[in-house]
Order: sequence, then C-alpha cells, then structure tokens
Amino acid sequence: MNGSFLDAIGAVTEAIENNKEFLTDLDREIGDADHGINMSRGFRSAMAKLKAEPVDDLSSGLKKTAMTLLSTVGGASGPLYGTAFLRGAKAAEGKTTIDKELAAQILRAAIDGIEERGKAVPGDKTMIDALEPAYDAFSNRMKEEKPFLDCLKAACDAAGKGVEYTKTISARKGRASYLGERSIGHQDPGATSVVIILRALTEYYQKLS
Amino acid sequence: MVGMVIVSHSRKLAEGVKEISGQMADRQMKIIAAGGLEGGEIGTDAIRILKAIVNADTGSGVIILADLGSSILSSQTAIDLLDDEKKKKVKIADAPIVEGAVGAAIEASIGSSLEEVIAAAEEANEFQKL
Repeated sequence: MNGSFLDAIGAVTEAIENNKEFLTDLDREIGDADHGINMSRGFRSAMAKLKAEPVDDLSSGLKKTAMTLLSTVGGASGPLYGTAFLRGAKAAEGKTTIDKELAAQILRAAIDGIEERGKAVPGDKTMIDALEPAYDAFSNRMKEEKPFLDCLKAACDAAGKGVEYTKTISARKGRASYLGERSIGHQDPGATSVVIILRALTEYYQKLS
Repeated sequence: MVGMVIVSHSRKLAEGVKEISGQMADRQMKIIAAGGLEGGEIGTDAIRILKAIVNADTGSGVIILADLGSSILSSQTAIDLLDDEKKKKVKIADAPIVEGAVGAAIEASIGSSLEEVIAAAEEANEFQKL
C-alpha cells in the first residue's frame, strides 16, 4: 500500500467535516448535541498534530492520533475513540505496512478497548453495534481469502446495517439511556460515526488500489 | 499526604470544587482542578487529567472526584496511561463531586491512607440534606 497515514486520517477528517452537522443533529435527538462538533474538533486537531510532527510508522501515527483525540474531543467519544486508537497502535507495533491480517488485528484490539472502557455490549445502542458486525464481516471475508478491499467493503455494509439496527432498540449507555424507550426510532450517533470512518478509510484504500 | 484531582466538564466547576474543598484541607494537600478542555471549552481531557494526577501525587496516592459521564471515562483512560506501579495508587471515588471532595479533603488532611480517603468521600453518598 502506497498511501500515507496522514492521508488516511485526512480522508477521515474530511468525512467527519462533511457529516459534522448530521452527527450533531442525530445527537440532538437523543444526546447532548455535540458529537459532530466534538469529532470534528478531535480529528482536525489530530491532522494538525500529524502535520506538525510527521510520523514514519503506523503505530506512532495511531498513537499520536489517540493522544490528540483524548485531549480534544471532550465528550465520551474522546476516551472511547482515544482508547481504540491506542489499542490499535499497540497491535501495529513494529509493522511497516498494513495488510488485511493486520487491519483485522487492529480492528479487534480497538473494539476490545472500546468495550473495556465503555462496558457496552451488542444491543446497547452504541458504537459496538456497528463495530462488532463490521469485524465479523471483515474476518469472514478474510477467511474466504477475499482481497483486502472486499473485506473492507463487507465491513462497511455490516456496520451500516448495525446503524439501522440501532434505530430499533433503546439505549442502555450514555446520555441517551436517560430517554429509555423514547430513544427507539433514532439511530445512534456513535455507531454512525463508526460507519463514516470505516467508509472514509475504505474509499481511501480503493483510490490507492 | 493523599492528593486529589477534581474532574469536571467545566473548568469553572472544577476550580470551584477545588476552592470549597481547599478551605477544609491542610495547606500541604495537593488539590488539582482538571476541568474542561485546554481552550476552556466544555468537555473532559484525559491527558490534562493525567498531568493533574502526576502533579497531585506526593507518594501517598491520588483520589479522583469526577462529575458526569465522560469525566469517569476520561479519568479511567488517564489512569490506564500511568505505569502499573502508579496505577495502583490512583482511585476514582464513587461519590458526588462536591460533598465527596470535601469529605476527602478533610480525611486526607489528617494523613489517612488512600483507602480511608476513598471511604470518606463515598460516605457522602449517605448524606441527607433535609
């Protein structure tokens, strides 16, 4: 893969920017109306940091992104995405290129980190409802020896379905849990940002290949 | 002496809790406010909390009092970033932030252990105001 970590995060940042209002609107329905603003601030800060202090490997890029997200996002998605990127950095230690096996390991480590931090399980109406199906779809395609891009696309589709699923259930974590059944009918903003990020990375990879 | 870190989404709230609990505390006690983001926006910042923990620790451990939601998640993330030895000496109190901080400040100021300071903060859960 000839791309750079900076460009990949650049693609994510652009996608978050394009969906800033959308994410904030979703969060206004069942939360505190800041998810888009917080994610935008976090990824724009990460981009600035990566530009100012260039990294030459994946693990330090992920770590730098993690530390910036931890200190700039502000809401619960800060420690959650921050922990995800930190665990991803650990999984990527010593590796110079990313292939589907490493991508799967990074994704698994990131999801485990989020679950440990947020104590969420599938069905709680959180990021996990997009991430767990994404991982399953990715690793199933991998086992079928499908190319990296197919694995990524399958992960995006599964995560998208996960977001649809969050509309049908009531929230058991975070601010939305105060609403109980009134949260039914609304998609989870965190699960939505997961899909936006996965799609941005997939499109970035597609452009390279 | 056990140190204390006050974590809030709001910088002003954290400073205020520091101010109130500081009135009851020994002058030697380190109480550090870690509220809001670096630029003063509402939110919590795990790295800011991490620095506060390091500054509050004089060897006897650190108690964290936190407000809502991501205050807890960011505090837990900050503790995770410490090395294993230090991790054991930092605890989040399961207590209301103002009453808990006052209870903790008094207990810490008489030289109690981290466990005793945590217990004093958590006693605030039993307080009745009326």
